[in-house]
Amino acid sequence: MHNQFRNEYDVVGHPTPKKDGAPKALGRAEYADDLSMPGMLHGKLLRSPHPHAKIVRIDTSRAAALPGVRAVVTGKDFPGVKYGNLPQTRDYLPLAIDTVRYIGEEVAAVAAVDEDTAEDALDLIDVEYEPLPAVFDPEQAMRPGAPRLHDKAPANVSAEVAFEFGDVDKAFAAAHYVREDVYETQAVKQGMLEPHACIGLWDSAGKISLWSCKMSPYVVWRQLAMGLGVELGSVRVVQTVVGGGFSGGKQEAMPMDFCAVMLSKKSGRPVKIVHTMDEVLTIGHMRHPMKLWLRTGTDKEGRILAQHCKLIANGGAYSSIGGFSMYLAGAMLNIPYRIPNIRYEAKRIYTNNGFCGALRGHTNTQICFARDSQLELIAEHLRIDPIDIRHRNALQPGDVTQNGFRIGTFAFDECIDRVVELSGWHKKRGKLPKYRGIGFGCGSHISGARLMGHSASAAQIRVQEDGTVHLTTGSTDVGQGADTVLSMIAAEVLGVGVDDVRFSLVDSDSTPVDPGTFGSRVTFFTGNAVKRAAEDARRQLAEIAGARMKVNPEDLVFRNREIINRHDDRQRIPLKEAVRWGAFQTGQMVISHATYAAGDEKIDFRTGHGNLSPAYNPSACAVEVEVDPETGQVKIVGFWGADDSGFPLNPLGVKGQVIGATVMSFGHALYETLVRIDGRVMNPSFRDYKMPLTTDIPKLADFQHSNVVTWEPEGPFGAKEAGQGAGTGVIAALANAIYDATGVRMSNLPMSPDRIRLAIKQRTADDRIGTEPLVAAK
Amino acid sequence: MKQLIPLALRINGVDHELLAPPWRTLLEVLREHLGLTGAKRSCQEGQCGTCTVLVDGKAINSCLYLAVEAQGKDIQTIEGLAKDGALDQIQKSFVQKGGVQCGFCTPGFVLATKSLLNDNPSPSEDDIREAMVGHLCRCTGYVQIIEAIQDAASQIQREGAG
Repeated sequence: MHNQFRNEYDVVGHPTPKKDGAPKALGRAEYADDLSMPGMLHGKLLRSPHPHAKIVRIDTSRAAALPGVRAVVTGKDFPGVKYGNLPQTRDYLPLAIDTVRYIGEEVAAVAAVDEDTAEDALDLIDVEYEPLPAVFDPEQAMRPGAPRLHDKAPANVSAEVAFEFGDVDKAFAAAHYVREDVYETQAVKQGMLEPHACIGLWDSAGKISLWSCKMSPYVVWRQLAMGLGVELGSVRVVQTVVGGGFSGGKQEAMPMDFCAVMLSKKSGRPVKIVHTMDEVLTIGHMRHPMKLWLRTGTDKEGRILAQHCKLIANGGAYSSIGGFSMYLAGAMLNIPYRIPNIRYEAKRIYTNNGFCGALRGHTNTQICFARDSQLELIAEHLRIDPIDIRHRNALQPGDVTQNGFRIGTFAFDECIDRVVELSGWHKKRGKLPKYRGIGFGCGSHISGARLMGHSASAAQIRVQEDGTVHLTTGSTDVGQGADTVLSMIAAEVLGVGVDDVRFSLVDSDSTPVDPGTFGSRVTFFTGNAVKRAAEDARRQLAEIAGARMKVNPEDLVFRNREIINRHDDRQRIPLKEAVRWGAFQTGQMVISHATYAAGDEKIDFRTGHGNLSPAYNPSACAVEVEVDPETGQVKIVGFWGADDSGFPLNPLGVKGQVIGATVMSFGHALYETLVRIDGRVMNPSFRDYKMPLTTDIPKLADFQHSNVVTWEPEGPFGAKEAGQGAGTGVIAALANAIYDATGVRMSNLPMSPDRIRLAIKQRTADDRIGTEPLVAAK
Repeated sequence: MKQLIPLALRINGVDHELLAPPWRTLLEVLREHLGLTGAKRSCQEGQCGTCTVLVDGKAINSCLYLAVEAQGKDIQTIEGLAKDGALDQIQKSFVQKGGVQCGFCTPGFVLATKSLLNDNPSPSEDDIREAMVGHLCRCTGYVQIIEAIQDAASQIQREGAG
């Protein structure tokens, strides 16, 4: 089954080590903090100690006078233009000017000869604040009379999205069973190990350059120009090797980026700024904490007739891409189950906390947690097997969802069955010892999004006379393997090896403009552009070789770095000979450029209607846990997952993506949380912000993932997304497993030991006074 | 003026002499004075393991280790592992088995593996987990890292036997 397509290809479908693996393993890969430039200064940022305050006065004179300090900047050094993604969400400033809205917001920056001096200088900046009343809870922030964060946002509503498909009231009235549940999710961080880092240079000719670890360098490029009030052409953003991203600050221009270039302008020197981990964990960009109210109506057999979801998201102090985050959560109600009637009402509320944006899975993760937790309770009430209820509601290939998603390949039923088989579900469910349980969870994701703004990707290929292929795209490798999978696509088309393809880092002065690396779009969108560019290069080479070999170009095949007559394989020339012959004889260069735009369908964000992505990916998983009732500690003893990533182009990379997403979800489910008291992050270090370790994952023999292989006609060589979708069902699977093990239903994240222990104690007390146990005794 | 002291460090078999403030960590001296940037700066409090180097063959967090303490000891950094540009077996296994994604944790994991295999040439899966518990990786979910370490151990044993 797995080899069904692989044998047809020399490169794609074969496990391929990452192209940049060797330089990284050698310690030679250059991350932003590893770079230095002659005369480079070091910058540090001064942050607000108040959650909400007016800035009355900033006096930088003592800092500027400190020996070793070369420049100081405040908000007034910038033009005061707010930047951001959409016109209605532009509320960022490079540095605060008159108001700070969360603890950690940037108010000034210093460049000095070394970091110690810059740090010392921060203490010498005198800021007079006038504290304002602050609000941290979104429901309080919505009330009349609550402190208001932004003049333009009455009731602190940062974004509001509502849509309705079908006749929801009628469907609920006809439902056999209706239940309502409330779920709460927490603030979690991306947790990448490389802190944000950049070097800014404003040279004497007015060229503004930024070297930085950005996932989406062109977003940064646009935002920098906007916030600096300069022409786009005067800004250059150069991507350095990215040490993990998972969205967040590496998607956007951050205050550090603006300060590095402005400090450079003032000092005439390049300026490097690197965040400490304390800063990374304190400042904005985290997953939206949500309170979700979910009401679902089903028929007797558990078929979902209607779903109504209301949610309030704690957006923090600024917008980031929060408007899209709210649309996406509602859109994802439509997959992977058939829901004929949907009502969705979401509000993103400004509060005096660090702001929220995207993080692997985006807002799909919260929806999947709530929905698959509740589905389990519905199945229990209706006495339906948890597997059956999922099959009964599974979307099928060819379906069109209520919001207009056109489902192509979608092997959801097969994913469910694969997990049942891998996990030994039927041997375990209901048969495990006390405090041991198994739970099921499902998810799905998009293969890139059609956005209103920039959606399309492009690729350029240049074949050199030594037979190497120079591939440039605007996509970044952030560890996920874009360098390898995009090179594999080009290599497959041109009949060369992956090592013959050179993949470049993004440089806005020379690479094709691109929306960025997010929404599982790179393999699909950029991959299609690369395939088309490679096909064009192959056509050019075939013409040259055809003239040289006196063979019809259409009869030529490309394999093993050779161009071969398919009717007579004795007639063959090395690929590099064709390149040379073309260049020497006619001056022809083999250069191609191609794009992929996924059609011109657009989402109507007012109605929520439209086909967001060219392809959708379902996933399913089962997880087995052991819960210590005394401590509430959850041990994950087994995990089995399956997803439909289309045809996995690099199975080694797909495995790494899927398992990485899964383990990140373990952390988000069980222990990760940003503890905030009155807007202050209480655990801004990896000592206190706990992420999964090697000892927290199941034994390798009990940690399995399988691809249900399909062939997505729209994807490059049949591929779809991998790496976000597979993580989305994991949190509900854990909640369901804990329920199976203990009988306690955890509706709040994280499902931490203290909460589980308390819930078990509570339930035991309830049992003692004669309430019916929540689950039958095992 | 800041007080500077002379330091003499033996790193990857090469002797270095330099002047640095006495409070400088080994990580800072490696990165800022000697241009050895393979050890990474991340949490700076010994939680993540990205700054790992070997001191007398043992993996340590160089962010918590003063450079003065390292004098008279044999320091090995990731830059010293490859011989004539060829990857060491541990490095090869990490690349081949998918143990490298963003790569920021990789030098630390590779050196910790070196330290582990020095002490225990055929570690069990549990031995590997225990030995790597001081290293965070956010990309891989650890499975392919553990597989890489298992592969490195068996390849090295095979070479030794052959």
